[in-house]
Amino acid sequence: MNSIKKYLGLVWIFLAIASYSILLKTTVEQINAKPTTDTIIQWSIFAIIFLPIAIGLVIFGWLAWKGAYEQLPVSSKEVED
Amino acid sequence: MNATMDKNPIRKVIFASSVGTLIEWYDFYIFGSLAPIIAAQFFPKGNPTAALLSTLATFAAGFIVRPFGALVFGRLGDKVGRKYTFLLTLVLMGGSTFAIGLVPGYETIGFAAPLLVLLLRLIQGLALGGEYGGAATYVAEYSPPNRRGFYTSWIQTTATLGLLLSLGVILITRKSLAEDEAASIRAFESWGWRIPFWLSIVLVGMSIYIRLKMQESPLFSKLKAEGKTSTNPIKESLMKRSNLKMVLLALFGATMGQGVVWYTGQFYAQTFLENVCKVDFEQTRTILIWAIVFATPLFVFFGNWSDKVGRKWIIMGGLLLAVVSYRPIYRMMLDLTKIETVVMDDSKTKIERVISPMGGKAYSLQSTTTYHFYQNGITEKKTSTDTLFNSGVEKIQTQVKSARLVPDDIYWSLVALIFVQIVFVTMVYGPIAAFLVEIFPTKIRYTSMSLPYHLGNGVFGGMTPFIAVLLGTIYTNDVLVGLWYPIAIAAVSLLIGVIYLTNRIDPNVND
Repeated sequence: MNSIKKYLGLVWIFLAIASYSILLKTTVEQINAKPTTDTIIQWSIFAIIFLPIAIGLVIFGWLAWKGAYEQLPVSSKEVED
Repeated sequence: MNATMDKNPIRKVIFASSVGTLIEWYDFYIFGSLAPIIAAQFFPKGNPTAALLSTLATFAAGFIVRPFGALVFGRLGDKVGRKYTFLLTLVLMGGSTFAIGLVPGYETIGFAAPLLVLLLRLIQGLALGGEYGGAATYVAEYSPPNRRGFYTSWIQTTATLGLLLSLGVILITRKSLAEDEAASIRAFESWGWRIPFWLSIVLVGMSIYIRLKMQESPLFSKLKAEGKTSTNPIKESLMKRSNLKMVLLALFGATMGQGVVWYTGQFYAQTFLENVCKVDFEQTRTILIWAIVFATPLFVFFGNWSDKVGRKWIIMGGLLLAVVSYRPIYRMMLDLTKIETVVMDDSKTKIERVISPMGGKAYSLQSTTTYHFYQNGITEKKTSTDTLFNSGVEKIQTQVKSARLVPDDIYWSLVALIFVQIVFVTMVYGPIAAFLVEIFPTKIRYTSMSLPYHLGNGVFGGMTPFIAVLLGTIYTNDVLVGLWYPIAIAAVSLLIGVIYLTNRIDPNVND
């Protein structure tokens, strides 16, 4: 199970980069197709708010790849240390 | 701690926490439920889709700031205390909701109107971001370990009950502003929509009174007395790798999926019924109300069950059911309400005209309602409102509305289909507060659990109706295309949750 967790880490990194790239591509396409204020604002909001989330998914994947999820903490002391 | 417990028996703690949280949800959801009317009042008139999208964008803005509220008030809650923080969020929420009801429309003060509404909506989002984590943490820190899921599940009912309250208040207000129903609806759309916002100040006042009598959480009081509270909860939550990995796991493995399931079952379903299936405004709301009433006890059922079997598999079960059944459910909703391929009974077609003089003005309003009856029992109601000038020759058609009134058998089938979706909601949402409380330590719990909760619910979940509608405008040949967003997000969350989460119930949250 630990090796599945580890290798899936790479999948999460890829998924984050791929899905954010698709979002950016769609944003540019939609704004070019209809460059109104509404379209620009809506799609820019998407692109901005999903950026930190995509970064979070990359970090999650990286932590999984490094084995950080092989064992989850069972007490708060493990989280605090 | 015992002395405090005596003063604050768990039922009182749950009641005081839940009432305030319910009212905050009510405040937050009346805006969403009135989105089309607010669009007409505050955004420049023109393309109605643009107006609706603008409102949904404001709606989304309310959701996007929720994670910031989680950080700001979470930090305060971990430093100053749970009680005073969620008193503050209640005051902010009540004040901003009341103020939305006072803002003059776009026609009166121009662009200041949408800007003010946006600002107040952002304050609502911030306040909500701080509220939930405080209430869930507060109740959990009073709960015995073997009842944590059960007790916190009462907090979990509040979001749905807040939605129910908002729908009920809107329906009652809409029908009671004049004796004639059409006149009452016109009055509601003109100014009566403000009443549900004004009502908030009364509800919040009562809730503040109740909460002022509460004591601080015993676990937090103990930490504070020992001088062990966190000096920088945000830094400890997000900069410490051991805690950050749990914040990310909670977000991607649970709250992200839970958020989209929540908003699909209770918001997108409503949007879909009204805008795609074209079901009548009132029937759409009452269908949702019945489904919520029947399903709400299941929040407590699944919360309680999670104390026995663990949180993980109940949440994952809800995600799985949502992923595999959303498209069939929505296909059934479409099939039940379609009239395009059904024979119309021309002989029954009925036309009603009502002329309402506009007291002292040079014109009257003529409302013409045409009823078409179909063989499957559906009645299509088309209403056009014309302006008739007193000279008698000029006539301006101002608007045409079309809605389908469904017969009892279809009505209850739709209730059942929404009910099933809300059952998924109760599975993913009932145990989530206990799950989140148990994976973070007391001194940074408020901040740490609030952030993934509001990212999952605010950003992923809150954007669901908005993204689904937008997908529908891009891919116009598939009316169910909007569902791919919640399905994809729930599927990824399911996979991450199944593989990375444990089903362990933490016996000790006192550390």
